[in-house]
Amino acid sequence: MYIIIVGGGKVGYYLAKTLLSEGHEVLVLEKDAARCDAICEELGGVCTRGDGCEARTLADAGTERADMLIAVTDEDEDNLVACQVAKHKFNVSRTIARINNPKNENIFKKLGIDVTVSSTNLILEHIEEEVPTHPLVHLLTLKGGNLEIVEMRVPPNSPVVGKRMKDVAFPPDSVVCLVIGKWGAYVPTSDTIVEAEAQLVAVTKPEAEEALRAAIRGS
Amino acid sequence: MNIVIMGCGRVGAQLAAILDEEGHKVTILDRDTYSFRRLPGNFRGTALVGDGTDEDILIRAGIEEAHAFVAVTQGDNRNVMASQIAKHIFNVPKVACRVYDPLREEMYHALGLETISPTTVGAKLLKDLIMGQGG
Repeated sequence: MYIIIVGGGKVGYYLAKTLLSEGHEVLVLEKDAARCDAICEELGGVCTRGDGCEARTLADAGTERADMLIAVTDEDEDNLVACQVAKHKFNVSRTIARINNPKNENIFKKLGIDVTVSSTNLILEHIEEEVPTHPLVHLLTLKGGNLEIVEMRVPPNSPVVGKRMKDVAFPPDSVVCLVIGKWGAYVPTSDTIVEAEAQLVAVTKPEAEEALRAAIRGS
Repeated sequence: MNIVIMGCGRVGAQLAAILDEEGHKVTILDRDTYSFRRLPGNFRGTALVGDGTDEDILIRAGIEEAHAFVAVTQGDNRNVMASQIAKHIFNVPKVACRVYDPLREEMYHALGLETISPTTVGAKLLKDLIMGQGG
């Protein structure tokens, strides 16, 4: 396949490298001369200097016979225009745009870009998997005693969902004193079943916070 | 009319001033507050800092009640993107877009945007002037 990549930044460079190694014909269009030279030096003469949003540059690049155009600059509007010019002026059948601002995902779809890849969203999703997304919220620190009141939400995929309170491994210094669930707020007993997405209000010690969080997340 | 202008350069500021004087409700957007120095002292419209390719900024600028949207920033692509958002997402009845690159202008014109290329127009006027046909 003949694939044109608009933008020779990090994404463009590694994309070109990968596609070349898979045996595709690749051309990178990059505005910056130094960047362009660097790519040519490393990957062979696969980079042309030029603005991939300009119809003339795309014509010179032989966009008419391209099977695909992938726009991966760090400006969303440039990616949009490069894809639109490729599609409407050169009839490229498949265009892919990188999106930096997640808000633009919907807009690009409505404006007819075939495929969008939101790099920001991808990174966020990966980070969210690593970071607790249901943090403990501090409601109140009780004066005098070394105690605080916190609120947590039960993640829907937590293994404690469906268990009885007494079977959840809460740390010794923590007591769940209120549950705000689908049917309102109530004081739990040891036989109360833990609902997914329920808010739990608990009294705990600051040093037991981490254990409490782990007990709710089941990890 | 409610009019939203994106880009407070020479053209944007002058357009805003003219429309304001004629009694229209004008909101002008620019990413840089310093650009608003070009607006006349008696400008009664709204000057708003923000990027016109951002839906939320456009909503704050009143795009939903706008009768017309004009994109005159320095960036062709930004103008084109904002104009398409105004036209296709907010259904603004009248959208005008400046595109310096004549080839891109031609294409977006064919795609249904009201575009103007100062490059083409300016070159023609200058030619007429030196050839003595300007008037």
